[in-house]
Amino acid sequence: MPQFDPASFPSQIFWLVITFVALYAVISKFAIPRIGEILEQRARLIQDDLDRAGALKADTDAAIAAYEKAMADARNQARDVLFTATNELKKVADEKTATVNAEVNKQIADGEARIAKAKNEALGSIKSIAADTAREAVSKLAGLTLDAGKIDSAVASALNDAR
Amino acid sequence: MAAESHGPMHQFEIQRLIPLDVAGYDISFTNSAAFMSLAVICTFLLFWVATRHRTMVPSRWQSVAELTYEFVGGMVKDNVGTQGMAYFPFIFTLFMFILLGNFLGLLPYAFTFTSHIVVNATLAVFIFLAVTVIGFARHGLHYFSLFLPPGTPLPVAFILVPIEIMSYFIRPVSLSLRLFANMLAGHVLLKVLAGFIISLGIVFGIVPFAAVFAVTFLELMVAAIQAYVFALLTCIYLNDAINLH
Repeated sequence: MPQFDPASFPSQIFWLVITFVALYAVISKFAIPRIGEILEQRARLIQDDLDRAGALKADTDAAIAAYEKAMADARNQARDVLFTATNELKKVADEKTATVNAEVNKQIADGEARIAKAKNEALGSIKSIAADTAREAVSKLAGLTLDAGKIDSAVASALNDAR
Repeated sequence: MAAESHGPMHQFEIQRLIPLDVAGYDISFTNSAAFMSLAVICTFLLFWVATRHRTMVPSRWQSVAELTYEFVGGMVKDNVGTQGMAYFPFIFTLFMFILLGNFLGLLPYAFTFTSHIVVNATLAVFIFLAVTVIGFARHGLHYFSLFLPPGTPLPVAFILVPIEIMSYFIRPVSLSLRLFANMLAGHVLLKVLAGFIISLGIVFGIVPFAAVFAVTFLELMVAAIQAYVFALLTCIYLNDAINLH
């Protein structure tokens, strides 16, 4: 077996050492720095991108929060405005209703007073007319002259019965 | 070297390409040295092509280089920890050297320098000595506690300590023999199966041909796995020396 021929050992060991040291130089001085640099650069780029994405996300979140706050404020404000406007309108309406009611009530009261007055006046004239008619009728039919008090009380009782 | 018919062991023969003799030692540039040099050149070319354009979205070769880097880097970090990253260049070199040696050896007419025990043994002994030096440098005499796992009952220790010492000193042997045996067996198997193709002729030769085809894929896998195992075990030994339990 050629593997166990010691004559070849010095040459193999010698060239092993030479080539291994050469390869070590290639790997440590050439391959590792260059690949390490590429990997580092990529990792940095990715990290930068991630950082930027994070910052943009924070911005977006802040914008969304601001939008939502503005929206909520506007909603509250709208509700307040609506509330005060409703209240004001209601107040105005109530006031108007109250004045109109008062006027109407006054007019109704005036009217009723007028009606009552007219009624009383009418009733008063009916009494005197009735009394005169009664006295005339009595004097013409019976030839009697009754005193005014008797006729008046009779007319009043008759009117009360008719009413 | 392929003209005449050879036995399955012929592929492991060392051939002097440039005879060299220094101080009585034969340090000729051989086919073994040629493939070691080729491994260095291929590794350099791989990383040169891979990192030539340095794009954020990697090209194919850049992906290969990055994946290898991260694979070995992850192995060192996972098994030795952050302190072990100082030895990352060494582990990376070791991995690439053995990986390229195994892969290049699978090419037709190629020589597999990792199928030579002396190459593997030199690497393994160097790793063994380096790990031992690192262990004593970091922990002093306390490094001996490696042979006595904490919490061992005293009677068990009498058996355990010799076993642990033995397993410590067997490390370079198992490390180099594993790679050597895998490479030797794989290449002999391929050669023997390939010989059957010729002797069985074009009709029945299809059977060993299919076997060679399948075994080639198996050997590709073994080549990668053995490089990984060699580097991984080195990491585990380093972890013992650096972190000690």
